[in-house]
Amino acid sequence: MSRPTFNILISGVGGQGVVLASYVLSRSALAEGYDVKQSEVHGMAQRGGCVTSHLRFGDTVYNSLITPGTVDVLLAFESVEAMRYIHWLKDGGLLVYNMTRVNPSTVSSGAAEYPADLPARIAEAWPNTRALDASALAAEAGTFKAANVVMLGAMASALPFQPETLVDIIRRSVPPKTIDVNLKAFEIGRSVGAEVST
Amino acid sequence: MSTTDVTAAEAQAAAPQLEIMSGNEAIARGAWEAGVRFASAYPGTPSTEILEALSGYDGVYAEWAPNEKVAFEAATGASMAGARALASMKHVGLNVAADPFFSSSHVGVTGGFVIISADDPDMHSSQDEQDNRNYAKFAKMPMVEAGDADEARRFLKIAYDISERFDAPVLFRTTTRTSHSQGVVRLGEREAHDEPLLVLDRDPAKHIMMPHNAKGRHAFIEQRLLDLAEYAETTELNQLEIGDARVGIVASGAAYGYAREAFPQASFLKLGMTYPLPAGLIADFRARVEKLYVVEELDPFLEELIRLQGVQVDGGKDLLPLTGELNPGLVARALSEAGVPGVDESLLLMPELAADDLPDRPPTLCPGCSHRGVFVALRKLRAFVSGDIGCYSIGGLAPFEAMHCSTCMGAGISMAHGMAKVLDPAADRKNRPVAVIGDSTFFHSGITSLLDVAYNRSNVVTVILDNRTTAMTGGQENPGMGKSLMGQAAPEVDIPALVRALGITDIRVIEPLDVAQTQAVLKDAIATEGPVVVIATSPCVLEYKIKREAYRVDPDDCTGCKACLRAGCTALSLYVDDAGERKVQIDPVACSGCSVCSQLCTYEAIKAPGPKDGEEAR
Repeated sequence: MSRPTFNILISGVGGQGVVLASYVLSRSALAEGYDVKQSEVHGMAQRGGCVTSHLRFGDTVYNSLITPGTVDVLLAFESVEAMRYIHWLKDGGLLVYNMTRVNPSTVSSGAAEYPADLPARIAEAWPNTRALDASALAAEAGTFKAANVVMLGAMASALPFQPETLVDIIRRSVPPKTIDVNLKAFEIGRSVGAEVST
Repeated sequence: MSTTDVTAAEAQAAAPQLEIMSGNEAIARGAWEAGVRFASAYPGTPSTEILEALSGYDGVYAEWAPNEKVAFEAATGASMAGARALASMKHVGLNVAADPFFSSSHVGVTGGFVIISADDPDMHSSQDEQDNRNYAKFAKMPMVEAGDADEARRFLKIAYDISERFDAPVLFRTTTRTSHSQGVVRLGEREAHDEPLLVLDRDPAKHIMMPHNAKGRHAFIEQRLLDLAEYAETTELNQLEIGDARVGIVASGAAYGYAREAFPQASFLKLGMTYPLPAGLIADFRARVEKLYVVEELDPFLEELIRLQGVQVDGGKDLLPLTGELNPGLVARALSEAGVPGVDESLLLMPELAADDLPDRPPTLCPGCSHRGVFVALRKLRAFVSGDIGCYSIGGLAPFEAMHCSTCMGAGISMAHGMAKVLDPAADRKNRPVAVIGDSTFFHSGITSLLDVAYNRSNVVTVILDNRTTAMTGGQENPGMGKSLMGQAAPEVDIPALVRALGITDIRVIEPLDVAQTQAVLKDAIATEGPVVVIATSPCVLEYKIKREAYRVDPDDCTGCKACLRAGCTALSLYVDDAGERKVQIDPVACSGCSVCSQLCTYEAIKAPGPKDGEEAR
């Protein structure tokens, strides 16, 4: 039984937890018995630049780069970074994004404007979208820093994984003191992901 | 499941241990499994994580050297003493280490010696896009390239065997895509190369590279290349994958993965050893396929070597770009447009961006960054700034635009020296060059440049941005920090004393977050005859996790004039209030309380944290 390669693109801004989200997803895929490849470009990312992570799993994955138009799930941690990568989705692909705003330096310096009406434009451009305020939901769980884990919860139903696998990997991936808050964030994400997708 | 009744060894015997690692982590794993005892490097994207990972293994000594030349020479010495040794660096680092690189090819090895060159096609974090495969040919050294993480681990071990068998240092070339991509790695055991090293071998004909000896070694190298080419015919590093006989593709490294995905049924000659090439194997492959294509990034390195053998190549750099990274879609389009059959058509789509009004998100100085005050002041002074390589290269971008040249590590000071020497005395003061360099880059290759300024007396102001870390690459230890890679205490370089010892007498130490003081000191330094060094000491907010209380804007005092936005800080943003007036706000989560924006505010609207005057911060 051959399993086609599943492509997840994560986009965000340096410091938003893209690396941890990739870590959880790739280890979950390995635990589910897949070959996995993942690629991100950091370097200058922690200085406020864009960061993307390409994550692929399947029977055999030959390379880590996803091709535009073949993404199964786009997980965007910021509204502009959602819009910037929508065209990478394949027909029927799912967008899950955090409706938060992180100002690019071009906006902070007054050189560019942050688009005002992104949620409506995103919904129009890609109807198969789960939009959530992951930062506020994470704060409900205990810390806004767990927004990335809320996002993982919100996308979980789109993955060919047992949810328990993700829970188990999250438990083993985060600092021990933060396990409870992260698992709570994951559950909030799961229930909100189910709501907004109906 | 309980594991208490199963020993670790039994568990390992039962199932191969799989772990997801980056290419760089897998290189470190491979080095450890190969029995490497010594590793030295200077941090540089995309190579940095190799030494960071290697420093965590038992039985390996790993260090940050002040620069790549020193790292290379230290590893050469460790090899000469009999240990398996590793030096790692980014592509441009090998330029710095080029002198010992060529000599080491002559000297050969005692313990196996592998040099990692992590190239950066597309220049994700680099100043140039050179193809370091050329170095292997240039220095007549064997070269190995891995395509993914597990190959990196496996091939590195083979590289050590090649090194010892052929008395040759081995160039192990990766790219950003291999180094920074993660994959499933099958963990192996460490080979025992741990006999105590008690005697330094005295072999002048091999180890003293004076003309007479080096001549003998050059003849040895030429024979070594012939022997290596023969080895290349049968090594497991090179693999034939015969599929559709209509299409034969020669590829290596990440490019193999792209081509394999784009043309899943094609025949492949996958080269893990990319210098010297196996002439017989290539001729055999050519005979089995109708058309032969070479898929490689950057230079036509393999293609030229293959064509030189008299082998017909039906497509290579005439189809693929000489610049940037390849990717599966690009390879699919380029070859299928040239008539190559068997493409995966899902890779041919080129969907369009959903919006064309999205703001760019270039890298920027972090909120609280200690470099900010210096660049705000330099911009106000309209100074000509000769920059260098580090986070502070961002000083050349908007809104600072306070850097006017930057080429390579350490060049900021020496280029300013050359400018100052030819600049007419009648030139305006704002043209007097100000060199800006970070602490780690100063240790790397700025010291000799400053010695030139001091020795040959030039009108250069040198600003050393001492943020007590190697910030650009993620906060690696350096000789100014008082600790080593492996966490041991180390003496801290006394920068003012070092500068004084070089012959600089005019040294001024400033707090760079005090914009007025920084500006006044720089202005006076520019007006002073002779070399001046200004040392701006303030630790990196990111590395030292500095979080002061956030500042806030009093909307009643803010006029929306945007003077504060010249701080170029992402914690600041404009908004329009209920009355329709433009104001600035500060994101209290992002703000690090450095105060630079408040120093720029003309209306005292940006308030220091403290007792609130009855109103909430926005």
